[in-house]
Amino acid sequence: MVFNRREFLKTAATASAALALPALGSRAFAADAIKVGALYSQTGGLSVAEKLLANGVMMAVAEINAAGGVLGRPVEVVVEDGASDPKTFSEKASKLILKDKISTVFGCHTSASRKAVLPIFERRGAMLFYQTHYEGFECSRNVVYSGAVPNQQLSNYIPWIVEKLGKKKFFIVGSNYVYPREMAKVSKKLIEAAGAKWVADEYLELGHSEWAVMVSKIKESGADVVLSNVVGDSIIAFYREFKNQGLSQEVIPICATVTSEIEIAAMGAEYAAGSYTSFPYFMSIETPANKSFIDRFRTFVNDPKAVTYHSLEAAYFQVFLWKQAVEKSGDLSADAIRAGIRGQTYDAPGGKVTTDPDNLHCWLTPRIGQWQPNGQSKVVNAYPAPIKPLPYSAYGETESNLFCTGNGLDAAKLKG
Amino acid sequence: MLDILFIGLSLGSILLLVALGLAITYGAMGVINMAHGEMVMIGAYVAVLSGIWLKTSLLLAIPLAFVVTALLGLMIERVVVRRLYGRLLDTLLATWGIAILLQQAVRLEFGLSFFGIHIQGLGVGLQNVAVPSYLQGTFRLAGADINAYRTFTIAVTAALTLATWFILYRTAAGMQVRAIIRNPKMAAACGIDVKRVNAVTFAFGSGLAGVAGVMMSGFKTVFPDMGTTMVVDGFMVVVTGGVGSLFGTILSSGLLGEINALVAIGTNDILARAVVFGVVILVILVKPSGLFSFKGR
Repeated sequence: MVFNRREFLKTAATASAALALPALGSRAFAADAIKVGALYSQTGGLSVAEKLLANGVMMAVAEINAAGGVLGRPVEVVVEDGASDPKTFSEKASKLILKDKISTVFGCHTSASRKAVLPIFERRGAMLFYQTHYEGFECSRNVVYSGAVPNQQLSNYIPWIVEKLGKKKFFIVGSNYVYPREMAKVSKKLIEAAGAKWVADEYLELGHSEWAVMVSKIKESGADVVLSNVVGDSIIAFYREFKNQGLSQEVIPICATVTSEIEIAAMGAEYAAGSYTSFPYFMSIETPANKSFIDRFRTFVNDPKAVTYHSLEAAYFQVFLWKQAVEKSGDLSADAIRAGIRGQTYDAPGGKVTTDPDNLHCWLTPRIGQWQPNGQSKVVNAYPAPIKPLPYSAYGETESNLFCTGNGLDAAKLKG
Repeated sequence: MLDILFIGLSLGSILLLVALGLAITYGAMGVINMAHGEMVMIGAYVAVLSGIWLKTSLLLAIPLAFVVTALLGLMIERVVVRRLYGRLLDTLLATWGIAILLQQAVRLEFGLSFFGIHIQGLGVGLQNVAVPSYLQGTFRLAGADINAYRTFTIAVTAALTLATWFILYRTAAGMQVRAIIRNPKMAAACGIDVKRVNAVTFAFGSGLAGVAGVMMSGFKTVFPDMGTTMVVDGFMVVVTGGVGSLFGTILSSGLLGEINALVAIGTNDILARAVVFGVVILVILVKPSGLFSFKGR
């Protein structure tokens, strides 16, 4: 993957030169440009994943500029490096908001970095657009969440595994931090509701890639399906060890919530063939919009083999949701964006997405993909329409009993 | 029980694979080589690149990686490490700098990415090494399913350890190395060309790291930062075993591997890791020079 800030700057410079020509000189243009932030790790352990997301944002901005910008003004991205460190994320967020006077930042990937910047956005009145699927349990009025929450990944998944695959004993495995643990909490409820049971709930250190013991535990446990909330490069070692210990995806399939096209390509497709993942977006979605998205992304990053995946798609479409919100309210302040974005709908590469008027999360279409030997997924099950995001589903939130509304979190319900 | 012991053996062999080269560069030469993990990483990238561009199998990558990393090690010794012998902390900082340089060289594709040129197999992303089909899956032995790739790793580790032992203890060059471990000045006084021997030793240690990298690429992810965590484990094994003792390194990697496996099976992996660190701390407290150590003279 080629890092594309340079490429982007070139494109942006060309686009802005064209736009600035009538305004005589770049000075006038600079005053007119709308600045937004892109806060991702450009260095460190998380940069592999986060640079791709930054590319998604960059591409969307480049396309918006090529089509005339927002409110007739070009968009300029200020890129900051979170350096895979939550503390750096919070410093850079302050810098973007206070020094650059930016009211909209696209960024963060891990929950740790989002939690670190959250107080800054809330105190200084700026908006964060966050694209990664996450554990829920958050109801900030200063964040637009465009990735999936647990109910959008699990509510269709678990019943489908029990009914369609006929699996009864779940082995839940994850990396040891908040996302997998919250996912496990939601899963257990759904597993029990579906009449199945879970035999183990185990965790491996984040970033750890020694799976010998865990896989042998899976073998011994008598489980007939594995629910994996493993993240990062641990995923690759996990699937490889799974096959190398003689377990078969046909007998005990791994049903994952994080494993995406990126990890499949890195592990070698033969290791994952037959396993499942639940995501609102897959690269294999056969629509002209998605095909065009893949082509444009590959051109943009100058890599003919680049893959697209859920978080990348969300990083891309959230910029358009922001554009629509700004154009609706005609103002750049956080309050205006918040007011404008409620109920905004956009035709994303993976289908229609809508920002929920209550909790600022995104209506997405849950899909289940089975990985094929060619490294792509086959969508074996999909909801007919996008479903409402429920960030507190693990704590009993339902569509008729919302915990997170336009007024913020109803803490009384959380306790009850 | 057999499979648990096998897992422990496998964990130990992976530790030893990385520690073996370190036992030589750190143990024998007194260089805290922070770039050792990056040598592992370069070895893994040799496997990736030779697979993509030369279409060779993983097996052929082993000698290739050894040669590439040994030459790189030789260069590093000649240019940097040679000037820093006897300055332990300075070697640490200098080799750490080298480690970052090497990581960035791979990440930026040796600077070519600035010109918009992309080499397949390099860059920031995760890489994939194809494992031959006969090394995937399991084979049956004595009523247990044995993991083929891990068996292969154990075999390679055993072969490398044996080769290292043979070179150190059964050849004239090895005797010179051991003489330098005990007392470099006296060795020089006896007519040993300390500079030359050190250069070759450093290259050999780096070459071992390269082979470790090829083996790692078969079950771990290959990316520019992959070596950083491995070097920590490597130092842990060498320090526990006793600096300068090949036997101590072998024993401590086996010990730590088995402890890790047994505790992990009984409880979980997170606790097992803590227990391993606890054991290491205990060993260093009780025997500061490690389980087996020479008295320097």
